[in-house]
Amino acid sequence: MPAPSEPVGIVIDRIRCDGHGMCAELLPELIELDDWGYPIVHGTTVPGDLGEHARRAVAACPVLALRLRPVPRATMPAPAATRVPASTSGG
Amino acid sequence: MLPRLLAGPPLAAGAESLDDHRRRLGAMPRSADPRTIIDTLTASGLLGRGGAGFPVGRKWATVAERAAGTAVVLANGAEGEPLSAKDRTLMATRPQLVLDGAVLAADAVGAERIVLYVGSEHLAARTALERALAERRAGRGSGRDLPISLVAAPPTYVAGEESAAVHFVNDGDGRPTGTRPRPYERGVDGRATLVQNVESLAQAALIARFGEAWYREPGGASTRGTALVTVGTAAGRGVTEIAIGTTVAGLAEAAKVTTDVRAVLLGGYFGGWLSAGEARDLPLDPVAMRTAGSAFGCGVVSFLAADACGVEATARIIDYMAGQSAAQCGPCVFGLRAIADATARIAGGTAVADDLARITRWSGQLAGRGACRHPDGAVGLMQSALRVFADEFALHQRTRRCPVARAHSRAA
Repeated sequence: MPAPSEPVGIVIDRIRCDGHGMCAELLPELIELDDWGYPIVHGTTVPGDLGEHARRAVAACPVLALRLRPVPRATMPAPAATRVPASTSGG
Repeated sequence: MLPRLLAGPPLAAGAESLDDHRRRLGAMPRSADPRTIIDTLTASGLLGRGGAGFPVGRKWATVAERAAGTAVVLANGAEGEPLSAKDRTLMATRPQLVLDGAVLAADAVGAERIVLYVGSEHLAARTALERALAERRAGRGSGRDLPISLVAAPPTYVAGEESAAVHFVNDGDGRPTGTRPRPYERGVDGRATLVQNVESLAQAALIARFGEAWYREPGGASTRGTALVTVGTAAGRGVTEIAIGTTVAGLAEAAKVTTDVRAVLLGGYFGGWLSAGEARDLPLDPVAMRTAGSAFGCGVVSFLAADACGVEATARIIDYMAGQSAAQCGPCVFGLRAIADATARIAGGTAVADDLARITRWSGQLAGRGACRHPDGAVGLMQSALRVFADEFALHQRTRRCPVARAHSRAA
C-alpha cells in the first residue's frame, strides 16, 4: 500500500471488473461509467484531497478489481503513442 | 540487393531444404560470445515485425539480463491477422532461416528451450518447419542440442499477443493475461521468455551472417533495412519484400495494382485507413507512418478499390474484431459488439437515429480499457474509418443507402 503522501493513480483489473459500479458512486470526480456500467478513469493521478475517497472506492469493489499504484514524481517519458498493440504477434 | 529474406528458389517451389539453404547462405557464424549479436542487432536498428515494432536488440538484451541461462525463446508465427500472410509464407518457404534465427536468439539470450508457435491453420508452414527440424536432427553435429518444439497456436486474432502466446503454451488457454508479469519477466514455464516474431528472427539470422552495415544498405529516411509486406486487393493477396521507405504508390506499381483505389488499409486490423491521396506518397517506414497517424504494424498494405464501399469494408472488419474479443473484459465485450452492430446497421441501410454519433463516442472510450490492446486496435481502426470515410458514413446514416453502390448503378 503506498504511503498516504505518495501520488497515486487508479488501476483497474479489467478481467476482474464486472461493472458493479461502486467505484463511480464513491468517486464520481474521477470515475464515470460507460453505457454498460464499466468504469472510465479520468486523469492519471488522484488529487490529494480525494485520496481518502479513492481508498474507500478500492475497498468497496466487490471483486477487488481496483488498486492504487504509486505514480513516479518525475514521470518517465511514456513510449511513443502508437495504435499498434504492445505486441500482436510478439514483435 | 532484393529480395533478401525471400532470396533463393521461387516461392512456389515450397520449402528450401537444409542443404540448399546452407549452400546459398553458408552456416551460421559461430561467435566466441553469443551475446555480441545483441549489440549488432541494436546497431542494425532492426524493429520487431509482429506489429509493435519494438527494437529487437533491446528486447534480447532485456531477456538476456534476466535469463541466467534458463530462458525460453518463443518464435511467434501465430499470424492471426486476416490480412497478413507474410509470416506463413516465410515459414513455408524459408523454414531453415527461421530456425537459424530462433537458435541464434536462444544462444544470445541464454535459452535452453525453443517453442515454435505457429498458427494451427498455417498448414504449409507447420509442415515445412516439421521437415526442417527433421533435417536438422538427421544432420546433427553443429551446435548444442536445444529442444525445439512446435506448438499449434489457436486460430484466433488475439492468440498471437505475447501474453496470450505464453498463456497458451503454459496452460492451453490462448487468451491474454493482462500486463504483469510480462513474458520477459516470467513466461513459458515461469522462465524469462523472448517472444519474437518469425520474420524478426529470420532478419536476425541474416544480420548475424552479413552484419549491421549490410542490413542498413537499403531502407528509408528514418528506418533502414527490408521488410516483408502483404499486399491485398480485391483479387487476392501476395507477399513481397520491400526496402523500408518504399512509397505506397511504389509498392502498388511493383505489385501491379492497376485498379483505381479509394483508400488503403495499412498495418492490418490494428492499423488504420488512409485515403488514396494521403497514402500515395507515404513511405512504408514506421517513423514516417506514425507521423502520418498510421502504423507499419505487421506490414499489411490493403487496397480498397474505388468501386468498393469503405463503410461496408469497415463494418466487416469491426464485426470480425468484436467476434475475436477474448471476452474477458467488459468494455471490449460490450463496447466492440455495440460499435460493430451499429456500423453494420449504417452499412446495411437500417441505421437508427444516433448510430453514427454513438459509434463516434464509443470509439473514443475504449482505448486502454482492456487487459490487452485488442479494443485499442479495433477502435483505432474505427476512428480512422470515421475520418477517411466521413462523407460516406454521413450519407449512409442520412439516406440509409450506400452512395457508392448508387453511383455505380447510375454509371451502369
